[in-house]
Amino acid sequence: MSIGSLQFVVNRPRGPLGWWILVPILGTAFAALWWSAQGTQLSLKGLIDGLPWIGDFISRMLPPSFSFMQKLIRPAIETVQIALWGTLLGVVLALPVCFFAARNLSPYGFVFHALRQVLNVMRGINEIILALIFVAAVGLGPFAGVLAIAIHGAGMLGKFFAEAIEEIDEGPLDALRAAGASTLQRIVFGVLPQVLPAWIGVVLYRFETNIRVSTVLGMVGAGGIGFELISSMKLFAYEDTAACVIVILLLVLAADVISSKLRAMIR
Amino acid sequence: MIEISGLAKSYGAHQALKNVSLAIRPGEFVVVLGPSGAGKSTLLRCINRLVEPSGGDILVDGTSLSSNRRDLRLLRRNVAMIFQQHNLVKRLSVLKNVLVGRMADLSPLLSALQLFPEADVKIALHCLDQVAMSHKARSRADALSGGEQQRVGIARALAQQPKFMLADEPVASLDPKTSRIVLTYLKKSCKESNIAVLCNLHQIDYALEFAERVIGLSGGEVVYDGPPSGVSGDVIRSIYPGLDDPNVLDAAQRLTERRRAAAETELRAGDMRSDGRV
Repeated sequence: MSIGSLQFVVNRPRGPLGWWILVPILGTAFAALWWSAQGTQLSLKGLIDGLPWIGDFISRMLPPSFSFMQKLIRPAIETVQIALWGTLLGVVLALPVCFFAARNLSPYGFVFHALRQVLNVMRGINEIILALIFVAAVGLGPFAGVLAIAIHGAGMLGKFFAEAIEEIDEGPLDALRAAGASTLQRIVFGVLPQVLPAWIGVVLYRFETNIRVSTVLGMVGAGGIGFELISSMKLFAYEDTAACVIVILLLVLAADVISSKLRAMIR
Repeated sequence: MIEISGLAKSYGAHQALKNVSLAIRPGEFVVVLGPSGAGKSTLLRCINRLVEPSGGDILVDGTSLSSNRRDLRLLRRNVAMIFQQHNLVKRLSVLKNVLVGRMADLSPLLSALQLFPEADVKIALHCLDQVAMSHKARSRADALSGGEQQRVGIARALAQQPKFMLADEPVASLDPKTSRIVLTYLKKSCKESNIAVLCNLHQIDYALEFAERVIGLSGGEVVYDGPPSGVSGDVIRSIYPGLDDPNVLDAAQRLTERRRAAAETELRAGDMRSDGRV
């Protein structure tokens, strides 16, 4: 097919239906979206009607209470501390597991599959839910937040660490095997040098994510700045809420900048 | 001495090696010629058990290999390997890559802490010297050129102080000049330490130039086992069935004749010396 001097270069879809295949695909997609719109009560009118209320909310947040901000320094520091230890404990939990969760290193197939499922479960539960569980276990406060982030993070890191191991060049491992090296030596000299840059990148990214997560952990009583945010809202002190939002934004931006700088350095 | 008898290896229905029998004597430089897929790599990898043979016997210095882990490490210490893609650990230093050759003798725990006995570091540096790479000992492996990386690969194999060396197409990804340099270092350093070499090559000319003995492998079977001077056009055609390139056959013919002539003059010179005429 050509339009003037332009030619339309797209292969006819394979299969007996040809272009007609688009009818059932688009039809199904449209039906699924329509169905979900009903389920979620999607409504443009609702949004437009709500706009004045949003405006009202924002106007009550202004001006942000800068005096309250001074009280946020401690919770902000606590937020960073939760992220720091949550990330570190996540790494500590993920490290011994990841070698067995990598297809190319795992000694037995069932070990690999079992560990991948364990990591899936750890990763599958959201930090807020884990925080609720740990608040019940170790009481209100930042420690529950650290544990929640560590467990969820270990599930994430274990998977990413293992995937990095699966992507290495196995030639050097052959060479180490041919030289009679032991398993520990193969890991230290064959695997680690190859995966370390990727691992550091993943850990920094996790730290950045954990800062973001630990800003909301306080909503369920697991420490950090989220507690101030939720209580200011409950007290209708919206200027204080605005201060919280600004501090959270600063924290997230700083984490983003620092981690991307560090990741650029190890390339 | 490596004695191989009736070696077979099949991958599913595909027979990579069928009934291969040959012997490698101490200190000799043997080149294996054969088309891609003839089983050259499989042959080498069966010897150090990177590949598990399906049948036959391999005796290294009279002992058969069990797949017992400790025995395997001992075997592999005596049988070093050089790879086509060098297989250096790119982010490690040249010296540490060569120290990999010492691993079988080192304590796993101490080496994991990056602690190495001075004697082993000395051996590693000496091996780098043998391939003229000691000036790059502290460089990262990925900062070297392909030829230099392969010389480090040779040094790593030498560091094992092995009796045998398996070289799997060591120059397949190098230009002709670099190939010659690498093969020269390989042969020289192995001669110095009386290491027997079994080297897979694709280049007939290098095979005829460097080999003391040529083994022709085709379709998983040995079709020639003899001196390079015996590699005639017919032998080449039997190693590479269907090869109908007059240039290759011509070149091989000329090389063989030149080698034979050189051998004869040397022989005659030797005769004259023994006759007391010179």
